[in-house]
Amino acid sequence: MAGSTTRYLVPLGAFLALAALLFYGLGLDPGKVPSPLVDKPLPAFELESLKEPGKLISSAALKGKVSLVNVWASWCPSCRQEHAQLVRVARESGVQVVGFNWKDERAAALEMLHRFGDPYAMIFYDPTNKVGIDLGVYGAPETFIVDPAGIIRHKRIGPIDDQVWRDEMLPVITKYTPKG
Amino acid sequence: MSPRRLLAPALLAAMIAGGGATAFTLQEFSFDTPAQEQSFRDLTSKLRCLVCQNESLAASQSDLAQDLRKEVYAMMRAGKSQAEITTFLVDRYGDFVLYEPPVKPSTYLLWFGPFALVAISGFFLLRALRRQGTVPAQTLSAADQARIEQLLAASGDPKEPAK
Repeated sequence: MAGSTTRYLVPLGAFLALAALLFYGLGLDPGKVPSPLVDKPLPAFELESLKEPGKLISSAALKGKVSLVNVWASWCPSCRQEHAQLVRVARESGVQVVGFNWKDERAAALEMLHRFGDPYAMIFYDPTNKVGIDLGVYGAPETFIVDPAGIIRHKRIGPIDDQVWRDEMLPVITKYTPKG
Repeated sequence: MSPRRLLAPALLAAMIAGGGATAFTLQEFSFDTPAQEQSFRDLTSKLRCLVCQNESLAASQSDLAQDLRKEVYAMMRAGKSQAEITTFLVDRYGDFVLYEPPVKPSTYLLWFGPFALVAISGFFLLRALRRQGTVPAQTLSAADQARIEQLLAASGDPKEPAK
């Protein structure tokens, strides 16, 4: 009877579909919360420069180029892990790498740059998480790709290594880099 | 009861009692009225800490939760409503900061999926039960049928089976 075959196949199929769904879920990282800020303008802000105490720098300084805005802190081990990659990116790709030093101490942050190199064209200093909340930062490292018009095009949560750079970041950067 | 058997209810009671635990002290956040304090407690327990994702903003010890509690407190002191504060956080951190996800197309499956699953299972269950009820009559073999008739005939009136 054809009916009895379907009778066994339907629950089996349903079970396999559920198993596949749950298996897919295992591969997702619940720590990665999608940002509602993607495709929205970078909030305008002004913060003290890490490298030049007392000098205020504005988010408007980012306009005109594709920028990689990297949220980092000297207390964050993953930031240290990705640091060499950022130094390489800044040297080789010509992308403007901008630092956002988050909930850190100036001396410790500068010490880290002194030891491992400084890939940043400028560094915003936000020790009290004043602007971090506006950017929806909830951990370090986080990296935003901001297009020349100041629109956030991508947010990477977690460190950037060579593979992430090639597969995830570079295609977005290429897409928004002005031609010619 | 053995001590081991008493342990589980005791733990459960502790968990229930500890449900409203807060990671801040009222020295940090002072309020003019108890209603204001209650409102602050309500709101922070409905918001999720993004670092320790199974903890509310009220209960989390994380540094970020402390920052966000201060932000929520400052906004409440500035006279912002609960809805305004919630919108502020959702705009920055996404729907994930809410313990109760909003009903919208991307969460329809979450909200209505279980009901759909119950309805579908119910449909198949009813169908299976109904079918089961009719099956024995159909599968009665010719030999059995003949035997029943024989027995009925032997007991006399075929319309009134023997007791």
